[in-house]
Amino acid sequence: MEELIRVEHLAKIYDLGEVQVPALKGVNLVIRAGEFVAIMGASGSGKSTFMNILGCLDRPTEGHYYFEGFDVSGLSKDELARIRNKKIGFVFQSFNLLSRTSALENVELPLYYNNTPSRERRRRAMEALINVGLQGREHHFPSQLSGGQQQRVAIARALVNQPLLILADEPTGNLDSRTSLEIMDIFQTLNAQSGITIILVTHEPDIARYAGRHVLFRDGRVIQDLPNQPRRAMEDLRQMPTGTGEGIS
Amino acid sequence: MNLSMTLRIALKALSRNKMRSGLTMLGIIIGVGAVIAMIAIGSGAKARIQEQIASMGSNLIIVLSGAATSGGMRWGSGSVPTLTVEDAKEIAELSAVKYSAPVIQGVVQVVYGNQNWSTIAIGSTPEALLIRDWPVVKGRPLNQGDIDGATKTCLLGQTVVENLFGEMDPVGQVVRIKKFPFTVVGVLGPKGQSTWGQDQDDVVYVPLTTAQRLLFGQQFPGMVRAISVQAMGPDTMKEAEEQITQLLRQRHRLRPGQENDFTVRNLTEAFSTAEESARVMSLLLGAIASISLLVGGIGIMNIMLVSVTERTREIGLRMAVGARGRDILYQFLIESLVLSLIGGVIGILVGVIASQLISRFFQWPTLISIQALFLSFSFAGAVGIFFGFYPARKAARLDPIEALRYE
Repeated sequence: MEELIRVEHLAKIYDLGEVQVPALKGVNLVIRAGEFVAIMGASGSGKSTFMNILGCLDRPTEGHYYFEGFDVSGLSKDELARIRNKKIGFVFQSFNLLSRTSALENVELPLYYNNTPSRERRRRAMEALINVGLQGREHHFPSQLSGGQQQRVAIARALVNQPLLILADEPTGNLDSRTSLEIMDIFQTLNAQSGITIILVTHEPDIARYAGRHVLFRDGRVIQDLPNQPRRAMEDLRQMPTGTGEGIS
Repeated sequence: MNLSMTLRIALKALSRNKMRSGLTMLGIIIGVGAVIAMIAIGSGAKARIQEQIASMGSNLIIVLSGAATSGGMRWGSGSVPTLTVEDAKEIAELSAVKYSAPVIQGVVQVVYGNQNWSTIAIGSTPEALLIRDWPVVKGRPLNQGDIDGATKTCLLGQTVVENLFGEMDPVGQVVRIKKFPFTVVGVLGPKGQSTWGQDQDDVVYVPLTTAQRLLFGQQFPGMVRAISVQAMGPDTMKEAEEQITQLLRQRHRLRPGQENDFTVRNLTEAFSTAEESARVMSLLLGAIASISLLVGGIGIMNIMLVSVTERTREIGLRMAVGARGRDILYQFLIESLVLSLIGGVIGILVGVIASQLISRFFQWPTLISIQALFLSFSFAGAVGIFFGFYPARKAARLDPIEALRYE
């Protein structure tokens, strides 16, 4: 498999005026296309900073970040915005959907920023919603959807530009265990069927079990990087007693 | 991201909070409405004054008989006639003067059948009507033959016709003025009110010579109280005034240093002062109204700032999914522009309706010009951009990471 991400001696120092806080202290990591990686670590371990840099939301103070073989550490804000739009999908713990905006329009949002014609926008957004099992809900507002459904809308939004990479930051943090499994199942299916690289930030070992590789952060460094034989979320769902959580609609 | 998409996003964002958008717009609506109504009031006043000036006749100069002094007591202008018919004839020869007409006038009782009416009789030459640009709508005007022969003929103003004849055609009828029978040869067109509210149509014109002999001439034979003069054009008014003053001083044999025994009054100048003050008033009203538009703009800025803060996470999200700084900048700029322009359109409607109501209920003339509409609309747009820029820039400069984390 070819490399999607390579970081070399990546460092990030936050300058707070009087003190300088190092968040990352020289991280080296290679992630190949099609991997499903769980990034773990306690809060303050630097995993969020690392995620922000991987997501092109932030730039490293030192070191290099090669995305698809390109060094993106020195790109301008606008160029980074373009990469985020075309190549990366984000899934957040708190869903970050626009309220009073239909599921369909939420999913369409990234397409506005690359001038997709409206008919095409609609078609691709519908497709992405069907992919995450939300057909029939496209005109619902976020407030009319359950947490799991909202997160699925967010996943559809991340998928709509057919990205190479999905960055999921504690995607199950606000969901109950059954719904969490459903979300993990969606990620596993996407990873297996479409070959999308998925990087999952979590502090829950239960959730990390579904990823194929565990990278552990502590004090701004990678202290452990191990392959993992992932559990199948679908099978765990079947064994779960019914009646808890939300069924797949 | 192109304009129509940005516009759609802006409209969607505004429609998500209709109450707030409406209230914000209200500031602009009131501002634009006030500007339009105020300008309409001002230009209405100006138009009315211009109309009155036109009805007076253009480039008009009045020469009045002078202030007499008797035993230390000074009387008002025209109290003693010092001007003569000859003066008027000489004035007409001046290079800067187009027409000149001697005028004597007085209050008379006009009788027709069993109707009678008190009005002003003006004795003058045919030029008097030319000076005032006053057409005869029925019959014929007075001519030189009437002056030379001192015929007992007269022209009636509209008000006199209404009061004496009603619907009847007065031309050819005989009326009695101060017991003398006068044949009505013509009817003057309507002039309406003068600037000081006098009914200009309440008048009877008679030949100068007849007026001197039969009506008012007994006291000072050959003298007139006033001479109406029309200058060649607006540029020659000053020159005409000077020429008249010089001529009359010479004719009246006034020594240098001796006071004029006549007064030369430039009527157009008096009116242009009135016109000027109307213009200033309209400017002032417009300026005051503009302040309310400005306040409306500050309201927009306020709401946009609140909106940027409230939607910090939305901005962060938009940036995460690929919005560049300028996409966000345009989005918020267009939001405030849309607010102000929709407010502008509604404000125009409100302003137009308000001016109509003002002219209906306060009998105040209003005039709405396309320029005023266009001006206040673009002013509203400018306000939207100006006051929207700061909040929009604030939004565009947000750091996506912090914006996403914002609670």
